[in-house]
Amino acid sequence: MEPASLSATDLACRRGERLLFRGLSFALQPGEALQIAGPNGTGKSSLLRILAGLLRPWAGTVGRTGEVALLDERLALDGDLPLGKALQFWERVDGIDFGAHPATPLPGGEGPGVGVPTLPEAPNTPTLPSPFRGRENAVEDLGLAGLLDVPVRFLSTGQRKRAAILMSNARGAGLWLLDEPLNGLDAQAGASFQRQVADYLSRGGIAVVASHQPFDVPGMRRLELADYAP
Amino acid sequence: MSVVAALLRRDLGLMFGGAGRGATLLPVLFFVAVAMLYPFAVGPAPDLLARTGGGVVWIAALLASILPLDRLLARDVERGVFDQLYLRGVADELAIAVRLLAHWLSFGPPLMLAAIPAAMLLGLDGTTLRTVELGLLAGTPGLAAIGLVIAALTVGLRGGAALSGLLLIPLAVPLLVFGAGALSTGGAGGIALTGAISLVLVAIAPFAGGAAIRAAREG
Repeated sequence: MEPASLSATDLACRRGERLLFRGLSFALQPGEALQIAGPNGTGKSSLLRILAGLLRPWAGTVGRTGEVALLDERLALDGDLPLGKALQFWERVDGIDFGAHPATPLPGGEGPGVGVPTLPEAPNTPTLPSPFRGRENAVEDLGLAGLLDVPVRFLSTGQRKRAAILMSNARGAGLWLLDEPLNGLDAQAGASFQRQVADYLSRGGIAVVASHQPFDVPGMRRLELADYAP
Repeated sequence: MSVVAALLRRDLGLMFGGAGRGATLLPVLFFVAVAMLYPFAVGPAPDLLARTGGGVVWIAALLASILPLDRLLARDVERGVFDQLYLRGVADELAIAVRLLAHWLSFGPPLMLAAIPAAMLLGLDGTTLRTVELGLLAGTPGLAAIGLVIAALTVGLRGGAALSGLLLIPLAVPLLVFGAGALSTGGAGGIALTGAISLVLVAIAPFAGGAAIRAAREG
């Protein structure tokens, strides 16, 4: 994973006629995490899109180095295709293999829990086969292995979320923007994902989490977006 | 390069495979249906059909090109596919250029194939059919380019599909004038001009379409 950095200087965001927030500044180094909290409509998602470079800030600047990954409420997979096939497109774009081939199961079936979302092993564990190293998550880690033949449109909300988690940062970008990542996940999958993010941070990732729910990652700073409302 | 291959593979897969197949076939069936209905409407006089048939094929092709527009980009924008590609460093222009190629492949060549039974239904002779086919070869890339830009511009609008048709028709008039015009003059000049217009449109489309996708993202 290439180390990334992120800084925001005096950001302001306007949607339509409404000024959502202004004067927002922070800086994040590898291993740091920030939770953006606030009620609905305060501009959490807009802030993440600004940080990703998808939206221009109304004022202020974003300084960003390294690759960026975004997880939002949308799932960029084709609804009619089986999950495995839909994921394969992103495997090809990212140029990596995240285990979306039903015909060729990943080696070491005894390794990361099959069918149960578990915390990925530490990347330097010698027992892991090499394709696992440095990967943020894989099909099996997220409990998607049994769903590869299911068309994406038949997936449940939680399953869609897990697929979105997988395709958003399987390539291991150094900056991971998470928009309401726990929405739709059950308690177990949610806890597992928080451990995964903690692991990602320990390996030098930067995470920005926009969530109105508590997101429990050690050392995470909290930013109340409502404090920056005009 | 592998990104282009992945994009093209996905786009073609969506247009020709599985559930997309029916929607890709629809413009072709529509095209043949117009050619089939025309003799019923104007009467079966062979000289009338032979004289006007080529033009009808062109109008049918133009109207058929409107049909796939509403599903060309809207779903991918909704699902955030272009956003995710952008975050991976794939320019919107590149994604649109690949989509243009896939869109043309899904409706240009099938239309040219369907023009053969359409020509038989209208009783066109071999020379006319040849001019129609060459004209479609020169003109359909332009129609695909106009359609794609319109699809990109109307991507966030409710009722964009109806608007697409209204927008495409006036923009496609130059292609129709020269492409169908080549039939009456029998000259290669009309086809060459059709091809020239198409090339200009194909060159502009990725940039116009990419700018439209970016504008939709900001909106």
